[in-house]
Amino acid sequence: MSYVRALSCRKCGREYPPEPINLCDFCFSPLEVVYDYKSMAKAVSRENLSSGPASMWRYRDLLPVESEVVDIGTGFTPLVKADNLGRELGLEQLYIKNDCLNPTYSFKDRVVSVAITKAREFGFETVACASTGNLAASVAAHAAQANMKSYVFVASDVEQGKLVGIAIYDPVLIAVEGSYDDVNRLCTKVAESYNWGFININLRPYYAEGSKTLGYEVAEQLGWRAPECVVAPAASGLLFTRIWKGLDEFSMLGLIEPVNTHMYVTQAAGSSPIVNAFEAGSLHVHPVKPNTIAKSIAIGNPADGYYALRVARQSGGAACAVTDGELVAGMKLLAQTEGIFAETAGGVVVAGLKKLVASGAIKKGELTVAFITGAGLKTQEAVSDVVRPLVIKPTLESFKEVLGERVVV
Amino acid sequence: MVKRRVMFTFPQELIGEAIIYNLGVQFRVATNIRRADVSEDKGWVVLELEGEEKDIEQGIAWVTAKGVRVDPVTGDIVEG
Repeated sequence: MSYVRALSCRKCGREYPPEPINLCDFCFSPLEVVYDYKSMAKAVSRENLSSGPASMWRYRDLLPVESEVVDIGTGFTPLVKADNLGRELGLEQLYIKNDCLNPTYSFKDRVVSVAITKAREFGFETVACASTGNLAASVAAHAAQANMKSYVFVASDVEQGKLVGIAIYDPVLIAVEGSYDDVNRLCTKVAESYNWGFININLRPYYAEGSKTLGYEVAEQLGWRAPECVVAPAASGLLFTRIWKGLDEFSMLGLIEPVNTHMYVTQAAGSSPIVNAFEAGSLHVHPVKPNTIAKSIAIGNPADGYYALRVARQSGGAACAVTDGELVAGMKLLAQTEGIFAETAGGVVVAGLKKLVASGAIKKGELTVAFITGAGLKTQEAVSDVVRPLVIKPTLESFKEVLGERVVV
Repeated sequence: MVKRRVMFTFPQELIGEAIIYNLGVQFRVATNIRRADVSEDKGWVVLELEGEEKDIEQGIAWVTAKGVRVDPVTGDIVEG
């Protein structure tokens, strides 16, 4: 049994029973899961959480599920002390939350594990999503394990490498001929027309909760404390808001001290509606047309943009955008200092972190966690220029001749 | 009859035009505003459209051609 009390409108506060719905009927604002925290607090302790499985499901009591979960081994990914990168950037206490190491190589496994579990609870036999890659792979993989049918919609220009990482799980893979906006419009209509569990539409309130586990894990891995600074990427903004919610809930439940974490949101400059609003001092996130190589975070009209903006402001954080050139440099820097090959969104985080430290927003001694949310093997084309092998003949002479002085004895 | 929930984002030059009124009159679409923020230089409106499917489609195409951005109220469906 979970501690879910209801779904609540994030704008007007109206409450709804926990069903597969995502919008308030009155003001059309998003719904979120609210819990009976008083009862939850009696059930959870540091001891019983840390004795749970080495996965996101050690926090099951804080998640909105009632039944056996659909789990392909997600979560409790490493929190790495990044001394080399820290030295490079001028930070003494830098950690990397390496969420590349999930079963389908991105943080999306956290949200999808919760969403597919709920889909099964609600009696759906089919699940669906629209994605530029990571979400589609995760949905297809979880559906395969749960013996459910899955439909995944992608734009027809998605990279071949990403399609393989989706198709291997044998979903119904639909490549839509049209623009990003066309895919959005089509999927809105599909969701209205079929009785499917649409992962990020009618299951979105539950899906969102999976991201909280990133906040929980970091706090536990730091020895039951919140970091002083968090740097994370934003697409829809949901991940960013839920890292904060995870830390806030841990504090509310008495598991950590009151949270004083500064939340820094990073986006690619070619798709940065949240950063634009932060810099303009606006309360409204105006949609943009995405144009960046960081496709996994190229969302022009972010569903949780307003809430991400609010978290950045209220926590005393900030927002930072980086160019495609800067994010590629960020990918290389992370790989060459810490041995972590992140996708383009990870490059955005590292490049954003570099700027935030250089500007003095993040101070040298502050305990900072940078969230790397997807693996670089998915976006190899962004850094394909690193491949410059030294070609030699299969002889020692050729080796010495070509390498010359470069050989380290 | 079908219903469609959408968000209109108006550029500054269209703030003064009665676009939602004309959408209703010209395309026989009932417009029901739920949330909005309109100032002299920008504006957005979250509303429900109700009517025949083809009228709603033609109405949205007309609004878009006028220069208004039309999005699903859920935000983008496509994710990373």
